[in-house]
Amino acid sequence: MISDTTFWLLTVLLGIGTFLIRFSFLGLLGGRELPPVVLLHLKYIGVAVFPALFTPLVLWPEATGGNPDPARLIAAAAALLAGLYGSVIGAIIAGMGMLYFVQFLTGQI
Amino acid sequence: MTKSQAFWRGFRDCAPFIIIVAPYSMLFGVVARDAGLDVLQTMSMAVLVIAGASQFTALALLQENAPVIIALLTALAVNLRMAMYSAALVPHLGHAPLGLRALMAYLMVDQAFAVAVRTYEDNPAMPTHVKVAYYFGCMMLICPFWYGFTLIGALVGQALPSGLSLDFAVPVCFIALLAPLLRSLPHIVAALVSALAAVAFTWVPWSLGLIIAATIGMLVGAQMELFLRRRADRVAP
Repeated sequence: MISDTTFWLLTVLLGIGTFLIRFSFLGLLGGRELPPVVLLHLKYIGVAVFPALFTPLVLWPEATGGNPDPARLIAAAAALLAGLYGSVIGAIIAGMGMLYFVQFLTGQI
Repeated sequence: MTKSQAFWRGFRDCAPFIIIVAPYSMLFGVVARDAGLDVLQTMSMAVLVIAGASQFTALALLQENAPVIIALLTALAVNLRMAMYSAALVPHLGHAPLGLRALMAYLMVDQAFAVAVRTYEDNPAMPTHVKVAYYFGCMMLICPFWYGFTLIGALVGQALPSGLSLDFAVPVCFIALLAPLLRSLPHIVAALVSALAAVAFTWVPWSLGLIIAATIGMLVGAQMELFLRRRADRVAP
């Protein structure tokens, strides 16, 4: 059981802290011009963050006790291909669809 | 492009992500109620934090009776990537008034960042107020859906069958966000390096491996672009 005091303390601090992280550069730097070398690096933030987020989730899913799951690996590859050659919605449908399809073929659902 | 056109274009460009946001936020509602939170507590967390991964992290650590400070720092570490988003948005949205920047900061989620930055880079001539309108268009659907489906999950409770593997919606969402950003060789190399680094640094505590991997990926991408540019200059002076 989570006590009320603990919950509210954590939630309020997490809310404030998360806002400050989001506000940080956008809030404090404002309209200041950034040097070209900084701009060059900023362009790569998206492609650097997302693989670091999803790679461990795909390789060691919590739902299978952290063990690699062939159905999820195949589904992730399908989502990436559909995203590269199609659209966002295609990637989402291909990813979840392929997962259900492989789970169905292997009798998991 | 006028402000209202930009707003509705953002709305349309981000709309596909509600297929992910709806089940994911609903899942949070269910898990939070299972952990013993009431509906008000569940909603307060969703509204105050509005960052799924850190909400799940905080909840899991509270359930394990971790000290508040540990739960807080771990959940904040998960959100540290958004400082990078914040920086990446400065060249596009930095000129907006402070109040708007604060509101945009509150609404800064992975989807809004990825979709908006991609559009801004494709349309460098977009004026700031149009970029701001586009940004709010992106969040116009995501944010109400986030609140609404958290509430539905919290009220409906355990109606979600685990056979749906909804956990996998999260990586699929990040893959869908990444794919359109892979537009040049340095971008692809940065993504590959970041994925490998994330695997190599999974042992780092407090999810800080994510930040290390993202930083390495960013540096490699930028250096590779510089290298290709210099080589092109040498070939065709």
